[in-house]
Amino acid sequence: MSNMYFLPSHEYARVEGNIAYIGISKYAADQLGNVVYVDMPEMDDDTVAGEEFGAIESVKAASDLFAPVSGAIIEINEELIDNPRLINEDPEKHWIIKVEMNNPAELDGLLSPEAYAEHCANEKH
Amino acid sequence: MSPFAGFDMPISYEGIEAEHRAVRQAVGVFDVSHMGEVLVTGPQAQMFVNYIFTGDVTPLAPGKVIYGMMLNERGGTVDDLLVYKCSDNEFLLVINAANIDKDVDWIRTHAAKYDVTVDNQSDSWAELAVQGPQAEATMRDVLGIDCSDLTFYTFKNITMPDGTAAIVSRTGYTGEDGFELYATPGVIVDAWDRLMSAGVAPCGLGCRDTLRFEAGLPLYGDELTDDISPLEAGLGMFAKVDKPDEYIGREALAAQKAEGLRRKAVGLEVEGRAIPRHGYEVLDSEGNVVGEVTTGYHSITLDRNLAMALVDARFATLDTPLQVQVRRKVFPARVIKKRFYTPNYKK
Repeated sequence: MSNMYFLPSHEYARVEGNIAYIGISKYAADQLGNVVYVDMPEMDDDTVAGEEFGAIESVKAASDLFAPVSGAIIEINEELIDNPRLINEDPEKHWIIKVEMNNPAELDGLLSPEAYAEHCANEKH
Repeated sequence: MSPFAGFDMPISYEGIEAEHRAVRQAVGVFDVSHMGEVLVTGPQAQMFVNYIFTGDVTPLAPGKVIYGMMLNERGGTVDDLLVYKCSDNEFLLVINAANIDKDVDWIRTHAAKYDVTVDNQSDSWAELAVQGPQAEATMRDVLGIDCSDLTFYTFKNITMPDGTAAIVSRTGYTGEDGFELYATPGVIVDAWDRLMSAGVAPCGLGCRDTLRFEAGLPLYGDELTDDISPLEAGLGMFAKVDKPDEYIGREALAAQKAEGLRRKAVGLEVEGRAIPRHGYEVLDSEGNVVGEVTTGYHSITLDRNLAMALVDARFATLDTPLQVQVRRKVFPARVIKKRFYTPNYKK
């Protein structure tokens, strides 16, 4: 069983216990091109599943970031503030926020890696 | 690929930044076949073009290109365009792809009172823009087209090896030296392939926009619209109210000038990492909305967060402190000149 879960809008949640590391998928990072800015939420903010928690900017455009799960933001990846391009290097290693989930059952509503791969394949056409 | 005005257009081939730098530092080529071309001919062609166009085409020698606008009666901009003067009786108007239908209707409506023929040739012409400091050498070495005799904003008619007619001008939309080649689709495809074989960087719509933005050039739909006059956009030098001949929109411009402009285009430098984008609100230091960003980027050449914005004229003076609302946060900004990058034209 994979610990990776995805939203159709290309955010992932990597789950360890009741903690979710949230970032954007490799596919999304490749589509965006060089990331120039990550608009982070504040520490101690809450995320609500399906709602916007920040934004990611490439040269061309700003894209909202949506939370795959609800919970409390317990850490933001401060490395990305000065070096947003780490996301292009390895988006699954360089998560954006760390969330303590308050309703892990929400994971059931997310896409598995296989279902997400299929979603991306369909989006290309 | 993205749909744009009926064409499937690449935003980028190798990445916007690499393409942008290729044009600033060496050379790049854009497929701009989507642009519209309208040929106006006839004994009253000059009189007619002068009536629908802000620039004065009468004193121009054949072979000159002039940039300007077509305006509506309110002084709003129907389109911005290049006019190629072939002779007093023949003008080629190069218009924005997204506006072809609107422009052709507009031109035809006003042409009814003149002895002219309006021919929408947009589907017959394809177009390449070869841009960058190495553009002249590339045109010569790769395409066999000698452009050394062309000065800035001039063109010539040439015959391609297959016998078809083409036009080449020293024009562009990047703030660099460069050329635009109008020819049949077959010739353009062949030229594109040769440029690719020679290693010239293919450039997409993405860097076309970042390049023109740095050079302070307007994009129709952002800095100019049916509701924005060239005076408000800071393009008064292309729409003079004292042009000898009457043109549509001039009275409205004169009235704007007499009453004082309510809005003005400015450049903004935004502090912090947030990038100002089209449509974001511009605030005064007390937080009141005083305008809107028309285009914004993290400038690739200058490595600063910059924007063009249309603001209440009271806040348009250089160095005025303003703010930009980027999503939930507000970032300090300051009015600067909107030509962020000094163009390297070969005049």
